[in-house]
Amino acid sequence: MVESSTGGYPIPITVEFTGGLELLFGNERKHKVVLPAQLEDGSPPNISYLLGYLVDNLMQDQRKDMFIMEDSVRPGVLVLINDADWELEGEDAYELQAGDTIVFVSTLHGG
Amino acid sequence: MPRGTFGFSRASFSVFARVNVMGSLEETCVSLRAQISATEEQLAGLKRDLALAEAQTERENQETRGRWPLLPEEYKRYGRQMIVSQVGLQGQLKLRSAKVLLVGAGGLGCPAAQYLAGAGVGTIGLIDGDTVEVSNLHRQVLHRTANVGKYKVDSAIESLRDLNPHPKYVAHRTHLTPEESPAIFKDYDIILDCTDNPATRYLISDTAVLCGKPLVSASALRTEGQLMVLNNPPRAPSDKTGGPCYRCVFPKPPPADSVVSCADGGIIGPVVGTMGVLQALEAIKVITAPEVVEGTARPRDPPSLHIFSAYSSPLVRTIRLRSRRANCAVCSAEATVSLDTIKSGSTDYVFFCGSASLPSLLSPEERISAREYNQKYSVPSGSPPSHTVIDVRDEAQFGICSLKNSINIPISSVLASNYAKPAHGQEANQIPPWVPPELANNTDSTSPIYVVCRLGNDSQIVVKKMKELGLDQHGKRFIGDISGGLRSWKEQVDPEWPEY
Repeated sequence: MVESSTGGYPIPITVEFTGGLELLFGNERKHKVVLPAQLEDGSPPNISYLLGYLVDNLMQDQRKDMFIMEDSVRPGVLVLINDADWELEGEDAYELQAGDTIVFVSTLHGG
Repeated sequence: MPRGTFGFSRASFSVFARVNVMGSLEETCVSLRAQISATEEQLAGLKRDLALAEAQTERENQETRGRWPLLPEEYKRYGRQMIVSQVGLQGQLKLRSAKVLLVGAGGLGCPAAQYLAGAGVGTIGLIDGDTVEVSNLHRQVLHRTANVGKYKVDSAIESLRDLNPHPKYVAHRTHLTPEESPAIFKDYDIILDCTDNPATRYLISDTAVLCGKPLVSASALRTEGQLMVLNNPPRAPSDKTGGPCYRCVFPKPPPADSVVSCADGGIIGPVVGTMGVLQALEAIKVITAPEVVEGTARPRDPPSLHIFSAYSSPLVRTIRLRSRRANCAVCSAEATVSLDTIKSGSTDYVFFCGSASLPSLLSPEERISAREYNQKYSVPSGSPPSHTVIDVRDEAQFGICSLKNSINIPISSVLASNYAKPAHGQEANQIPPWVPPELANNTDSTSPIYVVCRLGNDSQIVVKKMKELGLDQHGKRFIGDISGGLRSWKEQVDPEWPEY
């Protein structure tokens, strides 16, 4: 891996969508994403940055509010950081590490 | 409610007949009050008789049981699960004295109830106001074809009795309402949420927390299912050692237009069946769990969400959930929801969850009824006037049935296009890839374009998009939709059209 001019190695992570959210992302559940080691302001990328990155780069459906509302995930979507509720890990301030798996789950209601 | 309710309705009918003869409203009230108090007295008498009869039966059962706590037939029937160490005789006795309420007798409730009845749960309550439809049968495995039209709870109990006559089955032929939920829940030990909409899910969770009942909640759609055991252990609100509730995990309901039902999104039978069976399993685990002795640290399963995904590997993934939320509206010290606010209606679940608004995007001039379309374009001989029909249902639905000469452009591909709307005053000269070549290459044609879908909602969105792209040549070319979609086509034009 090449060290970038901003310092540090890029951060490869896995992003998964389930519960119907995959339909907003080209009907693909699993995506490999590589994030820069540092953002322009020098800070490391966190979940908050990832949300914007996904909307700008990976989301194909135009209905952004099916995924993001008020700068966070919309109600009814759980964010899982390495198989734990993001609320156990610091929510959107969690700083991403190489190899992390971030899963977005939309709740189902059928029965 | 037993069949006797018919007797009541006949009685009140005759009251009204008499009332009309008497004429005076005041006399009517007096008479009705007298009737009510007489009926109430009669009801109280019946309840006393029932309690006595039940006590007598229990005594007789104990006598026949003699020195063994179970009947000979029960040892045989439940032997295969009783010899599993996690159940044992103690577990079986706990199952027999357990009272389980299943809210919903559909895709989740049927398999869940089937396994709980089979396992010998003593009292099984079922609540559902729906009747059996043919489209339920592929997954709602307790219902028989002959029972289409019957109340689901009656149909389900009929099957359950065939399977195991020992349990007591209680039928609630109604949808769960906030007014009634506390009174119903208090008679049970554990609740299974087998429903299909957010408003009822919040109502069930809130009532379960406030009545101190553990809750096994599941849901399913298309190829996926989700399962959680909530409020376990069921401690008092404000006690942080209790398990989280539905509101702790989902404090805000999802936007109503993001909620997809099995009728719209589809469901594979064994997917929802798996989730129902897992609910029964979790209920059995909760019921038969050994008592936790205070002070001994027996680690409980941490609160988890299990996600089943039929086309992924592994099939099930388990996620650690948060514990109780410090500011939860129901189970925290700051709770604002109580049994009183639920019963009185001041906790308004319908308002809280909202309802999907389906605004009419198009004006009446931009729409054509299925009948009109048919009159215009179904000519008995020769070829119909030139026009284009675009069907925006997804590929699977288009493959089931489609209008002659229609083109399939799924709405997902229209919405996925990153094509930006042209700025004001700028000519639309970029055509996104989903526009079929015959339209993209022939932008001067004025032959009309009709968009159709299943119910007439998505078609409106696509008409709007096409107009934004300038395909209507500033109004020179008609673009509109068939209002009411293919459902109207069946109603107005072709009764043999398949309804799926």
